[in-house]
Amino acid sequence: MNHLGAPASPALLLLGAPSLAHLSALDLAVIALYFVMVIWIGFYLKSRANTSEEFFMAGREMTAWIAGLSFVSANLGALELMGWAGSAYQYGILAAHWYWVGAIPAMLFLGMVMMPFYYVCKTHSVPGYLKLRYGQGASVVAAFSFAFMTVLMSGVNMFAMAKVMQIVLGWDLNFSIIVSSLAVAVYVALGGLRSAIFNEVLQFVLIWGGALLVPILGLVEAGGWTGFKAKLAHNIATGATAQGDYTHLWKSMGHFADNPMGIHWTGIVFGLGFAISFGYWTTDFLVVQRVLAANSLRSARMAPVIGSFFKMAVPFIVILPGLLGLVVLQNSDGSLMHLVGENVATANPGAGLHSYNDVLPLMMVRYLAPGLLGLGITALIAGFMSGMAGNVSAFSAVWTYDIYQPLINKKAKDEHYVAVGRWATILGVVISIGTAYMVMNAAGIMDYVQALFSFFISPLLGVVLMGMFWKRATTAGGFWGLLIGTLTSIVLFLWVHFYPWALRYVALSPDAKAMAEDMYRALWSVSTSILVCFVVSLFGKARPLAELNGLVYGVTKLPAEEPVPFYKNEWFWLVIAVIAFFSLNIYFW
Amino acid sequence: MHSSGISIWFFIGVLLTIYGAMIFGYGIFELVTGHTANVILANLHAPVWWGGLLLALGLFYGVRFRPGRNG
Repeated sequence: MNHLGAPASPALLLLGAPSLAHLSALDLAVIALYFVMVIWIGFYLKSRANTSEEFFMAGREMTAWIAGLSFVSANLGALELMGWAGSAYQYGILAAHWYWVGAIPAMLFLGMVMMPFYYVCKTHSVPGYLKLRYGQGASVVAAFSFAFMTVLMSGVNMFAMAKVMQIVLGWDLNFSIIVSSLAVAVYVALGGLRSAIFNEVLQFVLIWGGALLVPILGLVEAGGWTGFKAKLAHNIATGATAQGDYTHLWKSMGHFADNPMGIHWTGIVFGLGFAISFGYWTTDFLVVQRVLAANSLRSARMAPVIGSFFKMAVPFIVILPGLLGLVVLQNSDGSLMHLVGENVATANPGAGLHSYNDVLPLMMVRYLAPGLLGLGITALIAGFMSGMAGNVSAFSAVWTYDIYQPLINKKAKDEHYVAVGRWATILGVVISIGTAYMVMNAAGIMDYVQALFSFFISPLLGVVLMGMFWKRATTAGGFWGLLIGTLTSIVLFLWVHFYPWALRYVALSPDAKAMAEDMYRALWSVSTSILVCFVVSLFGKARPLAELNGLVYGVTKLPAEEPVPFYKNEWFWLVIAVIAFFSLNIYFW
Repeated sequence: MHSSGISIWFFIGVLLTIYGAMIFGYGIFELVTGHTANVILANLHAPVWWGGLLLALGLFYGVRFRPGRNG
């Protein structure tokens, strides 16, 4: 039986802290079985990860479907699931911008425009592309920043996930951190990228199998989408729910002050939709690595297109439960439940308050019977592990190819690099665990680490775009563009951090709120890196065109692709994806 | 992906089959005994149809991508 606020099961031999959910033996069996399966996959695939091409690139044998699902899954962390469900409860459907305009255009651009260059030049990583295009300097800067930011982020996510397990299930922090990270370390170190990808596809299926039932039952209870809107309107009219437009994506974007996020549509379109989203989806090696493992150029182009359909669908298991929570969640006395900010819930431990981030677990506990609840919790754990596996497998590849090989040991045997990759995986997990404990002892570090990660992504986008689409871009242009773009981001962050009034200048409005800052900071950063790369390149000598074959648009001969029926053609599915994208935005306008 | 080694879809099939059987089995137990879990909409018997769906999907993938069969 599941009860709100019931204590954790003593059978778990874990903390006896009050928790949201009470797992039955059936739920625990479902979770345990999942761990058995991922470890089994790791051991099974060990024999197929003997060469560096197999270990780091999964033998470049992945079909478009597998690469595409893994591409989306590596990005689907548990915290993202819970965090955006909480944001939907707090801000309404605006949170879906991060899944639609904040992802789909960039994913399609990666597949159709950028992927041929990444794929044809046979690079092993994004810093590897920079090395081919701009030389060692820019590559080393990108490799170091990516490698260490990736494992630090992994640690932050690990801590946050353990915290979630403590709140939802009453599990001990150490238990969650050690068990989940050991499982990831075992299956990635054994089977390399292939194992990470296999598990990500498995995790993707589990996320849907475990989470999709919640919005289905929620819609049944609310009386469908129409019934939900009617109940919400009634709650707002009676003052039970705070005023706001919870069901429209764009209507309230005309001015910073018109929506609770404090964002203007220019920030969403250019900041989120371009600077942040393109930076993440097209240059973050964590996701690009999955597509590089595809078995052909067509599969590599098709994978992000396939991924885009699933990305568009994710709001139905994340945003919709958050929205439904606004009308269906009730206290034990039958009154409407009001979720609060994390700081309010923490400051009033005895008041029985739940934070926005608890909305997804609360919805699970509300509807899911034994077995199904275990599957829902497994979905959250799977989400976390797929994100972490993505981090450590990308770290391992960048460490080995872009740091160890060029700077430490240039001419070792292939087996040596595979061994380095396996040890780098374990090292990545160890650093992640260390970061998790560091964050546990000083929670403020979390904000800095997350900000640190954002410093490097947008300038990298500027430099990669210039390198890929402008023949004239030079080695010095790439290096200085990356460096000054990054410094711009850091300076703007520190400016707003120490002088909050500076936000009105960074985000161009006195009504801007914190969320707008990230978008405009990313926009300034990418603009600076493009501008610096452009100006510096004008004063330098461009590389001969013959050296740019496979790297730059206009000088690259793409391999001819075999004709296929229209339903297997990537351009056909691109058009369908674009239509679906615009339809969703117009329907929820 | 199917020509060498076990396909990922087979692993998914196996896991979904086991999960489906467990959840479907629990749902049938609820139906037969009348002891439903303390959740909202328990009258819809979600474990029966959701578990059944997982079981069907699992069996399909498990058989379709079983080792030794070219996918």
